Amino acid sequence: MSTTTPAPARALSAARTTATAARVLRQLRHDPRTVALMILVPCLMLFLLRYVFDGSARTFDSIGASLLGIFPLITMFLVTSIATLRERTSGTLERLLAMPLGKGDLIAGYALAFGSLAIVQSALATGLAVWFLGLDVTGSPWLLLLVALLDALLGTALGLFVSAFAASEFQAVQFMPAVIFPQLLLCGLFTPRDAMHPVLETISDVLPMSYAVDAMNEVLRHTEMTTAFVRDTLIVAACALLVLALGAATLKRRTA
Amino acid sequence: MMNYSSRPTEEPAVHAQDLTVVRGPRTVLRGLGFTVPRGQVTGLLGPSGCGKSTLMRAVVGTQAKVTGTLDVLGHPAGHPALRTRVGYVTQAPAVYDDLTVRQNLDYFAAILDPGRASADRRHENVTRAIADVDLTTHADTLAGNLSGGQRSRVSLAVALLGTPELLVLDEPTVGLDPVLRRDLWQLFHTLAAERDATLLISSHVMDEAERCDRLLLMRDGEVLADDTPDALRTRTGSETVEAAFLHLVDRAAAQGRTKETSR
Repeated sequence: MSTTTPAPARALSAARTTATAARVLRQLRHDPRTVALMILVPCLMLFLLRYVFDGSARTFDSIGASLLGIFPLITMFLVTSIATLRERTSGTLERLLAMPLGKGDLIAGYALAFGSLAIVQSALATGLAVWFLGLDVTGSPWLLLLVALLDALLGTALGLFVSAFAASEFQAVQFMPAVIFPQLLLCGLFTPRDAMHPVLETISDVLPMSYAVDAMNEVLRHTEMTTAFVRDTLIVAACALLVLALGAATLKRRTA
Repeated sequence: MMNYSSRPTEEPAVHAQDLTVVRGPRTVLRGLGFTVPRGQVTGLLGPSGCGKSTLMRAVVGTQAKVTGTLDVLGHPAGHPALRTRVGYVTQAPAVYDDLTVRQNLDYFAAILDPGRASADRRHENVTRAIADVDLTTHADTLAGNLSGGQRSRVSLAVALLGTPELLVLDEPTVGLDPVLRRDLWQLFHTLAAERDATLLISSHVMDEAERCDRLLLMRDGEVLADDTPDALRTRTGSETVEAAFLHLVDRAAAQGRTKETSR
């Protein structure tokens, strides 16, 4: 019998959270292709977009900045929903929840691991857009990075949440068009939101991606941190935390 | 012979009374009552689908819709205090295929016993658990590249971390060759004798029943017998536990028929 009593489970334990994050990153290290795709595809898309709008630099500015916020959201959504689903179906989730692991530890661990990957992804994409593709940002690129990171967190949160409703990888992937595409259409990427049908504009007002894109556009047009920017980023962050909490509620220690 | 009789005052590892579990429209366990004594290997035997896994999930506290009394190591099943004291191995190996054997164990060890201060103890525990299941030469192989039997041994090693007082093993020897099966049963008895662990092991292979100190025979969500293998054989006048089980099944079926007709 062990002579020492291990620490009991608390709502959030730093050691267990970092152990989980390290484990998720270690899993990714054994899967270099996924990591390469996650990091390179957004860069490639931006590169492509730059030359699609070869004749109109203004359009590239606006769409490029919006996409810098959207890419991390989509990637993290996909990766998290599949990773969490695998955790559920492989039985490791049940095993972890029978151990002294707090649900918060697991979620924070995932958020931390994918968040750090999102930093790398966003930093590369932002750097490429601003310094090589001539994306004309009036504000600080650091603010772009901040919004991108919050978007990644939101994507992680949404992915975690929907994975509870997917019984297979097929279903999980189909949640992407169901959850992400409507937001993509309504976030103001294609048309300014105030030019949409009033009903759609109202819907877009309650979708978090709209605020992510708005925040990006604030950075694009203003040198200073505007109040609108602060409001938008706070909304994105609050949404991410809310959905993370909902995701935690879907992790059940006892299942049928 | 019964080594639990030397500690009569100690409560049993598991005590169930009127234990009922409902899954969807089905009542999987119907008012079970049994005890699992400490420091012994108790076998949970019965045909596939009789409710063995559900019973084990109830004991470790991952099963929903459990009613009745179910006490584990002095706490209600699923109590947070039990999470470091009970080790659980599911039927399908629950490990990360994209991590090596050691990385898998390192992670679960960090969950059971977190913090930098216990890093040395964790390392020892992990090395010992890998040796216990005879995977030392495969410690740095990805779990996904191992054979089915090897992966289930990784899963078993996870449950051995942290020296649990109660080990709940769901068909741990399925698909293993005879040599490995013998070695694992030796390990189970060593765990009970030397580390004072209680083991609850399910199997649908009756010849494994002979290796247990005590048996719970299940059929159709009910416990048919709760006894030692010897007592079972004597009571039913059978040569083997398998024959004893069949005898009990037939008797239960006959009783069921008389109940039906007398209604």
